[in-house]
Amino acid sequence: MSPTPILSAFRQALGEAWAGGAGALLPVGFFAGAAMLVPFGIGHEAAQLREIGPGILWVALALSSLVTMERLFQADLEDGALDLWLQTNAPLSAIAAAKTLAHWLAAGLPLALITPVLGLMLQVPPEDVLPASAAYALGGLTFFFWGGVGAALTATVRRGGLLIALIALPLYVPTAIFGALALQSTASGLPPEALYLAASTLFALAVAPFAMAAALRLAAD
Amino acid sequence: MIQVFANPHRFMAFSKAVQPWLYGLAAAMIAYSLWQAFYVVAPEQVQGDSARILFIHVPAAWLSMATYTGMFVCSFIWFIWRHELADTAAKSLAPIGAAYTAICLATGSIWGKPTWGTWWQWDDTRMVSVLVLFFLYLGYMALRAAMDTRQKAARAGAILAMVGLVNVPIIKFSVDIWASLHQSASVIRMDGPSMDASYLVPLLIGALGHTLLMAALTLTAMRTDVMTRRANALVLRQAMG
Repeated sequence: MSPTPILSAFRQALGEAWAGGAGALLPVGFFAGAAMLVPFGIGHEAAQLREIGPGILWVALALSSLVTMERLFQADLEDGALDLWLQTNAPLSAIAAAKTLAHWLAAGLPLALITPVLGLMLQVPPEDVLPASAAYALGGLTFFFWGGVGAALTATVRRGGLLIALIALPLYVPTAIFGALALQSTASGLPPEALYLAASTLFALAVAPFAMAAALRLAAD
Repeated sequence: MIQVFANPHRFMAFSKAVQPWLYGLAAAMIAYSLWQAFYVVAPEQVQGDSARILFIHVPAAWLSMATYTGMFVCSFIWFIWRHELADTAAKSLAPIGAAYTAICLATGSIWGKPTWGTWWQWDDTRMVSVLVLFFLYLGYMALRAAMDTRQKAARAGAILAMVGLVNVPIIKFSVDIWASLHQSASVIRMDGPSMDASYLVPLLIGALGHTLLMAALTLTAMRTDVMTRRANALVLRQAMG
């Protein structure tokens, strides 16, 4: 087993994300736009926004993670990269995990990086904003891996975006719950619920790559 | 067992013989439990007549979970041994399980209105878990429907059913962390059932009846699927001369 195919899949995914102009920034725009709509729908009272702000950001994060998911493996199927991966001796699950990780670095991490700004706009106390963005980063990584399973399963389906959402959103539930709980008391650093959040991330990292690999083998047939 | 029924001819003969008995037994048992529910058992002490919905709600809740587990087992068998009938079973189980899940949600909601004063209680962990389960069923059926060949639908469905099942305990656990309005589970407990026997016996018979009905409906759906495939094969053979 040589690590070369894994590394090249990782580099290629990163390169693709930044090569297409603003491609990687689209989810950030979607995320910020969705968060911006909330005060218009809810009202501008600071106390109310502070109450629901962190939860709104979890929902917006979950939806934003799905925006670019459709193309995660479709391009590799179309240009034959998937067939080449299958001929190397690197495990397909590792390649799928590397691709998803690169995709998260390009399209998911920026979402976590912008949460402090959006949190401040939604009246989250300034001292809570930074620990919260760590939780959003972990939760976003989990969303991307479950979303990746949906993307791999629907790689052969035209316009599979909505289907990915239907498949992945139920799997997002534990992460959203643990994430919201972890943010309820961030005043003194991360609370114990943050460990549940991290556990759900580890679980996704352990299970999702194998499901993605099985689904990609199916797509290549 | 698996090897014996993997043969479609043997399955068709067996299911044809068994099916009417299953429907008959299921109808008798469900009729008995409903008769008990509506005419015989005394109104519940606290909740009054509204507790009678239990005789539909509990079997539906049990089957919403049992059917998903059955779907997982069939998907697993198909994934390992590639017995076509296992996939036919998984495909047939999905809409039946989704229907029981919908019945469970609807009756739970109707029951919640007089008991808790609300149609929907987000605090209640079981309602929320069952709702997520309903979405798992929907995703499974939508994914299968989107695949262009039977073989692809089978593989994608099997992967999703397995991913879904390993997530179910975690979803349940995460939802349980919320506070619960429900009483603790009172049918299956370590120190024996706490429910009065006049309720428990018709409830168990009703649950068994609905389980048989689920099995019978699954057999019918599987037979339809096998016959559809045979008809398609015949048409194809004719077209090729």
